[in-house]
Amino acid sequence: MAQLTDHPVSFANVGKARWWHRGLFASQTGYVLIALVALIIIMNFASPYFFTEGNLQNVAKNFSFIAIATLGITFVIITGGIDLSVGSLMCFAAMVTSMVMTDISTPGEPLASLFVHTGADGKTVVANVPGLILIVSVLCGLVVSLIVGLLNGFCVAILGLSPFVTTLGMLSIVRGLAYVISNGRGSFPGGPDADYFYALTSGDVFGLPAPFIYLILLALLMAVVLHHTSFGRHVFAIGGNEQAAELTGVAVTRVKIAVYVIAALAAGLQGIIVSGWLGSAPANMATSYELNIIAAAVIGGANLAGGIGGPLGAIVGCVLLEVIRNGLVLAQVNSYWQQTLVGVIIIAAVLVDRIRARLL
Amino acid sequence: MSITAATGKPVIEPAGVPVLELRGIGKQFGAIRALHDVDLTIRAGEVVGLMGDNGAGKSTLVRIIAGNFPPSQGIIHFDGREVHFHRPVDSRAVGIEVVYQDLALANNLTAAANVFLGRELTRSFGPIRLLDHTAMEARALELFQELRSETRPQHLVKDMSGGQRQAVAIARTRLSNAKLVMMDEPTAAISVRQVEQVLSLIHRLKEQGIAVMLISHRMPDIFAVCDRVVVMRRGEKRADKPIADTSPEEVTALITGAKEAA
Repeated sequence: MAQLTDHPVSFANVGKARWWHRGLFASQTGYVLIALVALIIIMNFASPYFFTEGNLQNVAKNFSFIAIATLGITFVIITGGIDLSVGSLMCFAAMVTSMVMTDISTPGEPLASLFVHTGADGKTVVANVPGLILIVSVLCGLVVSLIVGLLNGFCVAILGLSPFVTTLGMLSIVRGLAYVISNGRGSFPGGPDADYFYALTSGDVFGLPAPFIYLILLALLMAVVLHHTSFGRHVFAIGGNEQAAELTGVAVTRVKIAVYVIAALAAGLQGIIVSGWLGSAPANMATSYELNIIAAAVIGGANLAGGIGGPLGAIVGCVLLEVIRNGLVLAQVNSYWQQTLVGVIIIAAVLVDRIRARLL
Repeated sequence: MSITAATGKPVIEPAGVPVLELRGIGKQFGAIRALHDVDLTIRAGEVVGLMGDNGAGKSTLVRIIAGNFPPSQGIIHFDGREVHFHRPVDSRAVGIEVVYQDLALANNLTAAANVFLGRELTRSFGPIRLLDHTAMEARALELFQELRSETRPQHLVKDMSGGQRQAVAIARTRLSNAKLVMMDEPTAAISVRQVEQVLSLIHRLKEQGIAVMLISHRMPDIFAVCDRVVVMRRGEKRADKPIADTSPEEVTALITGAKEAA
């Protein structure tokens, strides 16, 4: 005879978490955000220049130069992966974009006849709508990023190679290709559309740096994708328990390939924007940027073990790094201290979160 | 024998509709004979305990039913039709759900997100499909209430007890309107109080006419909740008896081989 327990299952021992134990307040992102606000207040008293419009614009522009790539890599980190190839890819995509732009703007080069021809006075004349050259060259930069992202995703998700090893190899491959196609010389955006290019990458819109506006739009898009689409939920599920995601019918392979493609496209776009600000794409551009980008993501609360991360954290991490750099410059501290301090902050941010998790 | 939900009195259960029928199932892995000529029928609303020592063929049988690999011999009927499973999705499609021992939950997601993982509810905004959080949380809450569990849909699974996790895993099976739920050692790693909760969840499934196959090493659980017990030994079915007609001693003897068959 079966004796059945018929009383309702009760979980009286599980109370509702207090507001400061939940959401943003209980996350590393929240703590680092508080630290950032405190730092900004201190900076305000320490240096009269910090809150000048010029300096704030500078800060906004500088952190935007790694923040878009940080948004992209955050997707990969949430799934528990890593992408070390983003720095090299920033350079490669920028280089392809500026080389294509220069080539198709020069009459006589292959395919250039589709875009430009030589006028009666010997000057180069745009054959099509203005801006087409810019669009085509930026698309070329993004297509090579897409290919690199697909290769990373293929190796990790289908061949099952470790993300660290795969993207470490890709770091070297892509950097090597950048040297090969440029012969180590670097390249400059040129031709009739170069002015548009500079306006869109290092210009201002409504008094704000253009990269900053792209960053905010992409961060909002990322927030919607991560928290309000099935894809975003699957990204988190893979980071939380990949086997569970597989068993419940999540298309793990497809989602994994997609996150590497997103990281690569973000890095490519970031590189193209940075080259507009630099005015060139040197072959050693963005060397070791992957470490700054990963550091920013981790400081902002993305967990390298997977399952945690978001756009706010990515931005907070980037801003914190930039404010510290800016602060050290304003305080006239030897700028070599910067890297040491960044290292201390990475460890401190993760440590504080660990201590908090133990105490509460 | 069983208990009806309404009266709580023991009644002789009329033979329910067979949900799963296995005929002559065998499986070889190379030279190793993992299963030999297993017949098994499970009816709607029936809870069948599957027992046996390690290597007795329990998990091979479960994996065949779950579609992890096909049998070498024999046929499977589900819901009156012959079925051939090649992948786990095939068996899920006809209405078989497995609650795994390690529970296949993502700790960093909420209870509701886990219940709907892989089959999220969405709303269309033009070409864009966004998650319908409200509908998913409401449905998850309904499922938890149906299971009489107070699991809260918005809570993270990582903060939950073993019993609550079981409720989440079982709610998943309710979502798909499964006809057969197989539970692999659901009470292996949880406290005594939570074991009661899980057994009560199994009872809820039974009330709703769902067939349950409970794979367990724990004799008290089998005798508390099952209608029938099936004992496997060396890849063969050695016994298939109503719980009322057997005893823990007999089952133990069958498992260890002290008694050959019953």
